[in-house]
Amino acid sequence: MKIPEQDFFEKITFRDALRLAMYDEMKDDKNVIILGEDVAKYGGAYGATKNLLEQFGSDRVIDTPISEPTIVGTAIGAAMTGLKPIAELMYVDFFGMSMDQIGNQSAKIRYMFGGQISVPMVIRTQGGTGRSGGAQHSQSLESWIMYIPGLYLVMPSNPNDAYHLLRDSLKTNTPTVFIEHKLLYNFEGPLDKKNKVQFGKANILKEGNSISIIAYSRMTNFAVEAARKLKEDNISAEIIDLRTLNPLDKNTIINSVKKTRHALVLSEGHYTTGVASEITSIIFENCFKVLKKPVIRYTAEDTPVPVAPNLEKNYVPTVDRIIDYAKKIIT
Amino acid sequence: MNSKSNTNLQELYTTMKRIRVFEERVAELFVRGETAGSMLHLSIGEELGPACVTKAMIDGDTFTTHHRGHGIFLARGGDPDKMMAEIAGKKDGYCKGKGGSMHIADMSLGHLGANAIVGGGIPTVVGAALSYKYLNKKNVSIAFFGDGAMQQGILYESMNMAALWKLPVVFCCINNQYGMGTKIDDAVAVKDFSLRAKSFGLECLHVNHLDAEKAYTDIREIVDNTRNNKPSFIEVECYRFYGHARKDKSPYRNEDEEIENRKLDPIAFAKENILTQNILNEEEIKSIEMTVDKEMDVSMNYAINSPLNEEAEIFTDVYDKSYTIESVDSRINNILKNK
Repeated sequence: MKIPEQDFFEKITFRDALRLAMYDEMKDDKNVIILGEDVAKYGGAYGATKNLLEQFGSDRVIDTPISEPTIVGTAIGAAMTGLKPIAELMYVDFFGMSMDQIGNQSAKIRYMFGGQISVPMVIRTQGGTGRSGGAQHSQSLESWIMYIPGLYLVMPSNPNDAYHLLRDSLKTNTPTVFIEHKLLYNFEGPLDKKNKVQFGKANILKEGNSISIIAYSRMTNFAVEAARKLKEDNISAEIIDLRTLNPLDKNTIINSVKKTRHALVLSEGHYTTGVASEITSIIFENCFKVLKKPVIRYTAEDTPVPVAPNLEKNYVPTVDRIIDYAKKIIT
Repeated sequence: MNSKSNTNLQELYTTMKRIRVFEERVAELFVRGETAGSMLHLSIGEELGPACVTKAMIDGDTFTTHHRGHGIFLARGGDPDKMMAEIAGKKDGYCKGKGGSMHIADMSLGHLGANAIVGGGIPTVVGAALSYKYLNKKNVSIAFFGDGAMQQGILYESMNMAALWKLPVVFCCINNQYGMGTKIDDAVAVKDFSLRAKSFGLECLHVNHLDAEKAYTDIREIVDNTRNNKPSFIEVECYRFYGHARKDKSPYRNEDEEIENRKLDPIAFAKENILTQNILNEEEIKSIEMTVDKEMDVSMNYAINSPLNEEAEIFTDVYDKSYTIESVDSRINNILKNK
């Protein structure tokens, strides 16, 4: 498939928006390279790097052996010596292999070395449920990254954000983990290359005054659908798409909850010590006086991810239950 | 013996001596309570490898080291004042005292960082070498590590990638026979590490003698060859004269072993060669030793007198400058203020 050149798309898939972001960034900066398992000839397990090999050659789009720790480590060394690597980890679950290089090395290099050098690299990876991938191919491990100082963490929900945030990630001087949801690749939406997104700023997708629903990645879309149905019952939900989990736009969350006085936090991560736990604490700490009900975090269960489709579906938040909980919170 | 090799041996001797005395002063700094903690891993007895390998490096070459890396950095040109200050956790240290002995680094000298994770810095050099190949530079990147890292999986991933992509990488194992308290015999079934490296397609060199000049010539040759995108593996066998870290009295090995192995002293051997070859006389060697002693005394005092860092330094160098980190104290007070 040819890579389209125009600036505006009425409809583009999340996958193609990512591909376009990498294409545009590689055109602009010859020091941007991509490395990872099956990123070149195969075009990426989820097709995000398709055709980039033909465009930029094997010096810049590099298939690696199945060696996740060293894929990340190689990106670190390249970033320290003048390149801007995008390392793709095929599944977020492979953090289990790579956490030393991500957490002990890339995140800490600038700090340990007293600010002498930064590590401008992006780790693109993919996670979440929805394809019966099972306990080792469906996790949401963003809290592992959010816990470690020194890493930016981006989890976009739509093509326009994905395009701009990926390009921005490559322009920061901080190692950035960019997690895509496996069920979002075919999600379509508009892309306007001129409609930039402010890195670190949450997006109020829909204004409302009855309840704040705070989400990110695929859960944002669940929230939008739930809000549509809640509206039929005259419940006006405000939807916040966090877009980046670090930096985390606390002010937008706090201001929204101060207005609505009710909060529901959504995440595909686990209930315990997850991203939702953190956001819930922030709301309690800052909105204690105005809250009318306890903040509710609606997350995946505290179990490994099951394979069976019926189990997997209800293992993570569902639109029906988001609606149900929202109603219970405000009544 | 031509004058060039005379100079080489003399230079190697001086470098090794500087490493030895530097480490002795670090030990003294510790005893005087002036170091940041006791996690200090001295390279006494291991000076030959660092001296020879760093002498084969040129401008623009980069390297990573392990937790026992003072000697390598010093040999490559590290400023002993700033090194000692870093080890003391002081403001004038290479990393403002935030890295310490195990995370010392200097980008201007190509030192991409020491590492406290065994094997953690190895893939960094694969990435650096990938840059050199892509940017058409004739530089090499060298990973220094110990025999302990020979048992880490990431080394073999890195060896495979370096060989597969024909990158200018040198994997340099300083084999001091011990991974903390575990002797090499208790860690591996086959001690011939070159066998492993060869099987990945790397050029190999094994140095198991004390002849610094010969070691340097051989190492120089393999490093130069690596510049032509022929990755290599160098193993330098030696003996860790003292314990793993400052508080370790080596209860896991007996004194006879230590006495016997401390006879394998690369510095004593180089000194004897210098004398027998009439490169320098006793007096001239004494003069070098006195210069080195004085240099390291000055460095030790520099570290002692260097100021402490401001508290605010906790929060710098984590993200881009635009990102500010709020202290826990400030967060708590803000919450309590809001009631």
